[in-house]
Parts: sequence; C-alpha cells; structure tokens
Amino acid sequence: MTDLAATALEPEAGPRPTAEERWRALRTVSRGDVIYRSVLTVLALLLPLMLLLIALELVANAWPALAKFGAGFLVHSVWDPVQGQFGALPLIFGTLYSSLVALAIAVPLALGCAIFLTEFAPRWLRNPVGTLIELLAAVPSVIYGLWGIFVLIPLLRDHVWHTARHVLGWLPIFSGVFYGPSVLAAGVILSIMILPYIAAVSREVLLAVPPSQREAGLALGGTRWETVWRVVLPYGRAGIIGAVILGLGRALGETMAVTMVIGNRHEVSASLLQPGYTIAAAIANEFSEAVSDVHLSALFLAGAVLFLITVVVNALARVLVWRVARGSAVGSTAV
Amino acid sequence: MPSVSTPELARRAPTVTPPPAQPAPATPTAAPATVPRLATDALTAWYGASTGVRDVTLACRENTVTALIGPSGCGKSTLLRSLNRMHELVPGTRISGRVLLDGYDIYEAGINPVQVRRRIGMVFQRPTPFPTMSIAENVAAGLAVGHPVARGERQAIIEHALRRAALWDEVKDRLNDSPLELSGGQQQRLCVARTVAPEPEVILLDEPTASLDPAGTAHIEELVQELKREFTVVIVTHNLQQAARVSDVTAFFYLGELVEVGPTSRMFTAPTKPQTEAYITGRFG
Amino acid sequence: MHGRLARKLLGSTMTGVTYGAAALAILPLAVILAMLLFKGAGSIDWDFFTKAAVPLGEKGGGFSHAIVGTLIIVGLACLVGVPIGVATGIFLAEFGGGRVGFGIRFVADVLNGVPSIVIGIFAWTWLVKPMGRFSALAGGVALGMILVPILARTTEEMVRLVPNSLREAALALGYPRWRTSLVVVVRTAAAGILTGCLVAVARVAGETAPLLFTALGNQFFSTRLNGPMAALPLQVYTYALGPYDEWHRQAWAGALVLIVLVLALSLFARAVVRAKRQHA
Repeated sequence: MTDLAATALEPEAGPRPTAEERWRALRTVSRGDVIYRSVLTVLALLLPLMLLLIALELVANAWPALAKFGAGFLVHSVWDPVQGQFGALPLIFGTLYSSLVALAIAVPLALGCAIFLTEFAPRWLRNPVGTLIELLAAVPSVIYGLWGIFVLIPLLRDHVWHTARHVLGWLPIFSGVFYGPSVLAAGVILSIMILPYIAAVSREVLLAVPPSQREAGLALGGTRWETVWRVVLPYGRAGIIGAVILGLGRALGETMAVTMVIGNRHEVSASLLQPGYTIAAAIANEFSEAVSDVHLSALFLAGAVLFLITVVVNALARVLVWRVARGSAVGSTAV
Repeated sequence: MPSVSTPELARRAPTVTPPPAQPAPATPTAAPATVPRLATDALTAWYGASTGVRDVTLACRENTVTALIGPSGCGKSTLLRSLNRMHELVPGTRISGRVLLDGYDIYEAGINPVQVRRRIGMVFQRPTPFPTMSIAENVAAGLAVGHPVARGERQAIIEHALRRAALWDEVKDRLNDSPLELSGGQQQRLCVARTVAPEPEVILLDEPTASLDPAGTAHIEELVQELKREFTVVIVTHNLQQAARVSDVTAFFYLGELVEVGPTSRMFTAPTKPQTEAYITGRFG
Repeated sequence: MHGRLARKLLGSTMTGVTYGAAALAILPLAVILAMLLFKGAGSIDWDFFTKAAVPLGEKGGGFSHAIVGTLIIVGLACLVGVPIGVATGIFLAEFGGGRVGFGIRFVADVLNGVPSIVIGIFAWTWLVKPMGRFSALAGGVALGMILVPILARTTEEMVRLVPNSLREAALALGYPRWRTSLVVVVRTAAAGILTGCLVAVARVAGETAPLLFTALGNQFFSTRLNGPMAALPLQVYTYALGPYDEWHRQAWAGALVLIVLVLALSLFARAVVRAKRQHA
C-alpha cells in the first residue's frame, strides 16, 4: 500500500522516505491558525472599541453643557435656546412617563401572549401566531408614527376620549384639553412596539422552564392555569422581569414614532392628555437646527444621559435573562 | 472467582463463536524484530484530575485488526482518541507516556498533531459527511491538506477510495449529489472512503457500526477485513461478536486499565484473567 | 365541590384571557397593514417608482430618489457592517468561550440596546462634522454600526448550531483549526448566516433616526456618496409631517413600499431559519 501511495502522490522517483524522515515531517507548523484567530480577534475587538468611542464622543461633546449647567441640567425645566438656558427635566420626565405608560399596557398583554403561546395555544396555532407577534417588531418606527398621526390620534381624540371623558375626565392624569398629540398617544404606540420584544423573550424564558416543574404542579392537583400562575411564572420570574426591563430599554430609546405623536413640547405635566417630549424626540427635532454651540452641547448631554440609562437598563435585563436562558442569543437580535 | 475449565467455558458461552482460523496475511511478516506500526508505552490519559485510561502498553502490528473491548466507561474510546491526538482537543486533558508510530513518539515536543492526524485516520460512531459538499468532494476532502495532487489523479483517487469502501458501484452515477441522500450505512462507508483516500497508515474506528442496521453493519465488517490488507486497523466496539468476527488481536479494558490482550481466538476461548472471562461470558458490561 | 368548580372556572376564564391578549396584540398589525394598503395602494403607480419629487406641494412626482437612496445607503451599510459583524460572530462561536468572548458578547448585547439616534449623532461627529457635509456615506456607516452587533449574535447562533461531530470529522482528517472553521463549520452555517443578514438588513432599511443627521435626505435624485441623499423612511417622515395633502398621500404609498420590502425579507428569512433549526 505504501508503495502505491508513494508512486501516486510523489511523482519523483527515488527511495521511499524512511520512518524517521516521515516522522520528522510531522514537525511542520500550521501557521494559518494563528493568522485566522488573530484576524477574527481584531475584527471582534472593534465592537468594544465602538462602544468606548461612542461613550467618549458623547461625553466630549456634552462637556461644555455639563460644565455650564452641572446637575441642574437634570432638574430644571426651562429649555430656552435663545436665552441659552437648558433644563432637561421635561425630556427626562417625558421619556420615563411615556415608557411607563407603554409598559403598563404592554406587559400584561405580552405576558398573556407568552403564556398563550407556551401553554394554551393548540400546536398548529403556535408558529403562525408567534410569527405574527414577532412581525410587530419588524414594522419600521416611522410607519408606526405615520399611522399614529393619521389614525390613532384622531381615534383617541374624537372617539375614545369623546366618550370616556365623561367617566374619567375628573382624574388628574386625564386633565386638560385633549388636542391629540400627547404622552398617551406616545405610550400607546410604544406599547405596540415593545410588546413583541417582551413577548418573545418571555416566551423563551417560559420554554426554558423544565417540564418537570409543570408536571409537579399538575401532579399536586392544580389546574393548568394554577400551575402556570403558581409554578411556572415564579420559576421564570427573573427572566420575565428581564424581558420587561428589555422592553423598557426599547421604549426609552424609541425616536421616530414618539416624535410624531407626542407633541414635542418642553413641559412637565401629570396629565396623559398633554403633549410632552422625550430625549430622543428632542434630539431628532432640534439637532440639525441647533441655535448655538451650547444648544448642541445640551443635546449631546441629553443624549449622553439617554445612552447611560439605556446601557444600564439593557445590561440589567441581559443579566436577568441570561440567568434563566443561560447565555443563549435569546432576545438579543431583531426578535 | 471459581476456576473454570475451557470446555466448561465454551459450554457456558454459546453465543460467542470462536473466529475461523485466520488466513495468512497478504504481506509476509518480516523478521520478528520488526517495529510494530502503532504502539503505546505506559500511556495514561487524563480528563482534568481523573484518568480515563492508565498505564497502557499495547502494540499493533502492521496489517492487523486490533479490537478494543470493555464495558462503558472503561477507557477504550479515550485510548483510541489518544492514538491520533484527538484526546487533547478537549480542554483540560493531557497524557503521559508515549504513542509510537513506526517506533517514533508522536507526542514528542514539536510534533504537530494536525500532521499526525494525516497519517492516522479516524471513523466515528455516527456518519458525518460534510453536508455542503458532494459525495465526490467528501471523498476528496482529505486530499486538500496532504501532498498536492494533480488534477487527473484526483478522480482516480476518489474512485479507488470508493472501491475500497465497497461504495463505488452504488454512487458512481451520482458523485455530484448530496451525501445526505444516502442511507446511514452508505454514509458511513463514505466516511471510510474519505478516511482512506489520503492514504493514512493507520485507521481508527470508534464503534463504527453502533448507529447502523444489520445490513450496514455487515458491510462495514467486511470492509474492515479488506482494509487490513493495506492499513493497520484499531477498532473500538461494544459488540463482542463483532470483535470476535473481525479482529486478529483483542484488548480488554476495565475501569481504565488494560486487563488482558492477546490473539482473538485465545481471548475468547481461554482468557487468563477472571475479569476478561466474566465480561466475555456476559456476566457484566 | 364549590372550590373546585370556582378554580376550573378561573382556569377557563384565564385561558380565554390569554387568547384575547394574543388577538389584541395582533390587532394593530392587521389594522396598520390594512390602512397602508387602503391609503397607499392607490398611489402606487409607475411614476412612483420612476420619478423623483416635484416642487413643493405640486401634484405628481414619485419616490424614485428615496428608493434608490435607500438601496445605496443600505448597500454601504452592508459593506461596512456585514464583514465585521459576521467575523465577530464566527469569533464568538469558535473562540468565544473565555473571558474575552464573554465581554464581547456582552458588549454586543448592550450595543443592540443603544438607541439608534445616539448612533446617528456619533456618526455625525465622526463623519459629517469633519467632512463638513452631510453624506450618504455617513448614513451608510451609521446603519453599518447598527448592523454589526445584530449580525454578531445571529451569526454566532448559526455557527453554534453546526454539530461538533462535523468539526471532529474535519480535524480527524488532519485539517488545521482554521480550515475546519472556514471550510467546514462556516460553510455549513452559511445559509443560516445569510438569512440572519437578511433579517438585519430589513431592520436597518427601515431606520430613520440615524439618517436624520448623516444622510439628511434630499428632495432631488442623487447618487453622490459624499452628499445628502434621500431614503425611503426619511422621505415618509418628511412628507408625513408636511402640510400638503399630496405629501401625505405619497407618504402612505412610500410606507406601503417600505413595509412590503421589510416584511418580505423578514418572513423569508424567518422561514428558512426555522426550517434549519428543526433540521439541526
């Protein structure tokens, strides 16, 4: 056999290499491995580099405003580009308020969807419904905004509020004249946008709950619902909280749909029916036409605050979700 | 353990038939002082702190089939993987001792394991054809990393390998098709063809018929008998009858140690160690 | 057994509630798609795809400049984002077991959560300010930066799906690790990686915020990479907020084209990924 090999593979005639020579040939080095790994590592390190650069650039550009306004930036309400006064409280308040409204609407619905898909839906229905819910995340923000302006706002103002105000109009959170663009409209649109993220991650969290847990619950005499409510959900509690926080992170950073329906007014108001503003919306509206360097710097400072909040929120969400789903790519992609 | 005479043993283990007398090997054996093709010397393989296999000294002569048998967890697969330096791919593993190819230690410092694996090939338990390559490309996959092969030679080598794997007739008309269309047994023979095409010197088989049906198993066992004419074969198997059928030498492992090794006919009719006898008669494992 | 009946009733009610939740979740999708078709389909004609915008408020014209602009900017984004993102994903799957891999994976997940407008103003400081002009290039880079962490994670997931037995088979043939990784593992995962790219591209194609201060938008047809360029979502945004009915009409049409593009890519990619996951 070895003779056949020698003549087939080594065309030069000549004496067959000795055993020792063939053994020495085993010492040749594969350099390709080092190159391959190095190239991939360098390219992969671009990601942390990117994060670092973004953070640095934000801080660098925000510095003038930070130096001028200090912590007051976060608590003052007056945003006057002409006078050079920039207080971002309405922006921060609006960001948090609209996201909270969104969570209040989306979390129960999303959890309901996740439980539906993992526990109660018949098998043939699971994939189609799951796909439809995931498709909500594929709709671009600007289309939600377009729909918000021309469909949702008139609906809310002329139909929903028209009837509901007799019942709810006395509540402070529904005070004031409802013109349309409002924190409520933004909250509703945001809830539609974040629902698929919360639902998808919750679904994966629930799927990661071992079947033995469910079986134990049923064996103890519980109905299916009781098993879900008392056994499965508590088991996946950390992951579900992570999913909710993930949704919060998305809501905090949403720009286009929000700026198209929220009214874009620098004002703090408890009423959901009043216009408001978010950091992202303010940047979107004012950045290109910033009146002065201070104005631009103030916008960067607001952006830095938003960046910090979303990084912390997302990191927290990741940690919670990883604990349940063990580091898989759950919820980390475009759903 | 009560002592048992040979006829008593043969009566008690009716399912194990001693292999027929082996014909003389095709190549005449050289003078008795020949270096075995593959041998180990006090080989110990660790997984972290525990040993998978301990102090194994074993020799495999050229053109023979050596079977490694023993119950689950006895270390036979660990030993096999140490022979072609696959064991070290798992993090936290190490070995001590030597593995000698033609008398030269393949674990010596400076030896590239990648090169070693081109001379010692391996077929695994489950068939693993590369799904994005055609049947012909699969067979030729090992050629890409060996000596450069002229274009005209490539086709000839593919056909030669497939013939040796007893698969040529079944696939010669669909060499460009996907290997996933083949049956499990055919895929495994494809993996054998892929392993022999680059002309290694030793072929290691890790329970190659474990996932095959009886027809596929029979094909592979015939193949092993053919392969030993050109290669040196080491086969790990759970199946005692298979070991008895195909091998010339059998090595019995238990709890990580080599308990006994010898010609297959003797091992199955007159083992010297009580544990060997107990295993072969089916008292455990 | 009053208690048992009450519990059963609660269970059935809650089951119904979850059905309702699912229906309520899908309702907006159905409504939005219906509105887009209703309000936009009528405005889609040959002119829409072939003509650019006409002066303010006049009738006619189309979105050709925006459609072509999106193709160019998204193309640039792919040039930047796909190689880096896919390479990072391969790194994470093949060499990402240790602390470096953990850190990069974490950073990718964090970056996936950074608002796209922040990426936009970053690209402005790095590409628009120094160049002194808005450009399609800056827009492409901004979108590319969004692509990288998404692709890193989807690629990693796809490469991890390749069974270890294939790696072992290649290594046993004497393949060095780089060859095993490229020729066997990545090649096997290639289809999945590609569909991951399609989903990510669909997502960035719909992004508006990062383009606001980079590509800026353009009322005229342009293919110049170092000048402002229109894009489909940008054009929809501008027209939706404008005062002219004519603009609103075209905004709906543009939104319909955008959603068809995005949904088609997403659905196709999802179907292939799901089939691959069941196969593995």
